[in-house]
Amino acid sequence: MLKPLLLGVSLCLALTGSGFATTLTAVHVETDPGERALWDRIGKDYTAQHPDITVQFQYIENEAFKAKLPTMLQSKDPPSLIFSWGGGVMLAQQQADFIRPITAAVQPFAASLVPTAAKAFQSGGDTLGVPVLMSKVAFFYNKALFAKAGVKAADIKSWDDFLAAVKTIKAAGITPIVVGAGEKWPMHFYWSYLVLREGGADILKRAKAGEDGGFTGPVFVDAGKKLQELAKLDPFQPGYQGTLHLQAAGLFGDGKGAMQLMGNWLVNTQKNNAADSKGLSDDNIGTFSFPTVAGGKGLATDALGGVNGFLVSKNAPKEAEDFLRFFSQEKYQKEAAAKGYYIPAIVGTGADVSNPVTKSVAEDLAHATALQIFFDQDLGPSVGRVVNDISVAIPAGQMTPEDGAKALQQAFDEQ
Amino acid sequence: MLVTAAVFVPPAVLLFTLFVVVPMGEAARYSFYNWNGYGVPKAFIGVKNYLQLFANATFRQAALNNLLIIVASIGIQLPLALGMALLLARREIGSVAFRMIFFLPYILADVAAGLIFRFIFDGDYGPVSSLAQQLGFGPLYMLAAPGTAFTALIIVIVWKYFGFHMMLYIAGLQGIDRSLYEAATMDGAKARQRFWHVTLPQLAPMLKLSVFFSIIGALQLFDMVIPLTGGGPFDQTHTMVSFLYSFGMGRMRIGFGSAVGVVLFAVSVLFAFGYQRLLMRHE
Repeated sequence: MLKPLLLGVSLCLALTGSGFATTLTAVHVETDPGERALWDRIGKDYTAQHPDITVQFQYIENEAFKAKLPTMLQSKDPPSLIFSWGGGVMLAQQQADFIRPITAAVQPFAASLVPTAAKAFQSGGDTLGVPVLMSKVAFFYNKALFAKAGVKAADIKSWDDFLAAVKTIKAAGITPIVVGAGEKWPMHFYWSYLVLREGGADILKRAKAGEDGGFTGPVFVDAGKKLQELAKLDPFQPGYQGTLHLQAAGLFGDGKGAMQLMGNWLVNTQKNNAADSKGLSDDNIGTFSFPTVAGGKGLATDALGGVNGFLVSKNAPKEAEDFLRFFSQEKYQKEAAAKGYYIPAIVGTGADVSNPVTKSVAEDLAHATALQIFFDQDLGPSVGRVVNDISVAIPAGQMTPEDGAKALQQAFDEQ
Repeated sequence: MLVTAAVFVPPAVLLFTLFVVVPMGEAARYSFYNWNGYGVPKAFIGVKNYLQLFANATFRQAALNNLLIIVASIGIQLPLALGMALLLARREIGSVAFRMIFFLPYILADVAAGLIFRFIFDGDYGPVSSLAQQLGFGPLYMLAAPGTAFTALIIVIVWKYFGFHMMLYIAGLQGIDRSLYEAATMDGAKARQRFWHVTLPQLAPMLKLSVFFSIIGALQLFDMVIPLTGGGPFDQTHTMVSFLYSFGMGRMRIGFGSAVGVVLFAVSVLFAFGYQRLLMRHE
């Protein structure tokens, strides 16, 4: 009885009194209370093994996080671990010399990280971060509505199959697709996937290098044309241009549309935002990958998705890397998978995902031939948001596919 | 006198310099750089941000929207406020209660008003759409098309701010000397003549002030736009400030955003000084 007390007291003294105490602050945007509790616990476990180090996870709301981070990194006391989406913002942080490469420190446990996810945090041979969680954008569909319309998801392999399915569903008096186009980015999944299917997994890399006409090349123009083809069928819910993404999730949960192209988090958001707060039951939701396009270089197994992880800030305590190793341990990440918080970017955790829909997505991710991170993250905020702009304007007939491609190239040149 | 000045002026000047002059100067400097907010601005690009800004169709639309909001404020909101003020300035049963009711929306935060009306105009679950359906029309998705979304924005602005202007006018009306009306009546002036020749001229200072507030308010409009329309659809309902936020901060183009800020600042200063010189000289 006395022993733990003494230990506790000395621990407190060690933390507060002595000058050796080190605090690792990790800033992130994750909202799930269960997930945050797990992360806090991992931090405490680490302190138990390294009494002179405390770990603090600090939540900051998504938009505020993005706006504040540049200032925080330039302050005297920047956070040690920074939540990241990889891509353009990470590269900007690297260029401004705010983060440090952690290649050697990650090497010992690099094999446990899902390779496609780890790649999102590599730049020019350097490892800049450790991936924690990943997501995939896919079509999620309402099985009951598909059955009612007589459409089989397994038959949708090509873009033409997809358009035919949309027509059939519409003919059955059901809204084929719900999309939260009011926030633009849900629509950019369509354009991104079309680009990916047309141009193959390395298309963005090639366009950035100016190959095949850069962003004005035929791949990008064609993606816009295909998106217009889809829009001509009038497949979206009425008023879709003003719908927010969580509203769209709710509409899907309410059974007001047959499918939605979204990240796998839709499995949860469709519940929370449905009118009855229950939404569709998991066994009523199916998923299929974005179809391939005729003559395209992309494979059906090339995935578009997100990878989130932590970067280490330039002057963070030297324990930061070690904590990331500790954090990435299978036992913790398996728990995150089992509790349904996220799909961990750790090899072999996919099997632990409890939700059947998420599990099939996790398996797809594990076998993905490539994982392209969201275009608006990959290209960085200034170019990425133009992708979102044109993805909404082109199908609405506000912009031609050619002008959209030009606007993108222009933004890329101006950045 | 000198001692007082020596004690009280420096803190004020210091604070003003620190929090107003320095940031403004910084913004003006950033506006000549291509800078994403990380590190220090290095890529000096001259006036390129400004050229891009003036060539930007969305910015021109945003500026036009600001102008339209001013027109709507003066053309719709002020007459409405004046009419209500004339009705409610007299001490009659219920007039105080109605003043309160019309003034209440003004107390509400813009963000809250935007969020509430986002629901009210919602095509699937909102009351406006339900009403349209009751009347035999289809569901009404006001926020899904640029024209109707902008109309919705104007409706919320008028709803929220006319009560404030009404209060200004009521205060003005109550300050008018009764004897002027008595004299006018004795001279045989009808109600309409009394309005045009007594009420309006006497109310002129308040009118000028209210127009001034309307215009400055329109130029500053931001926190209602973001929750209500987010500047959409197709970025057609932005104001200059929401444009600054979405295209400057949101896209991490701090240099470009600073250029918007500088333009906005110039417009506001020009207007404020011009207006005061031209119209409020004698007040």
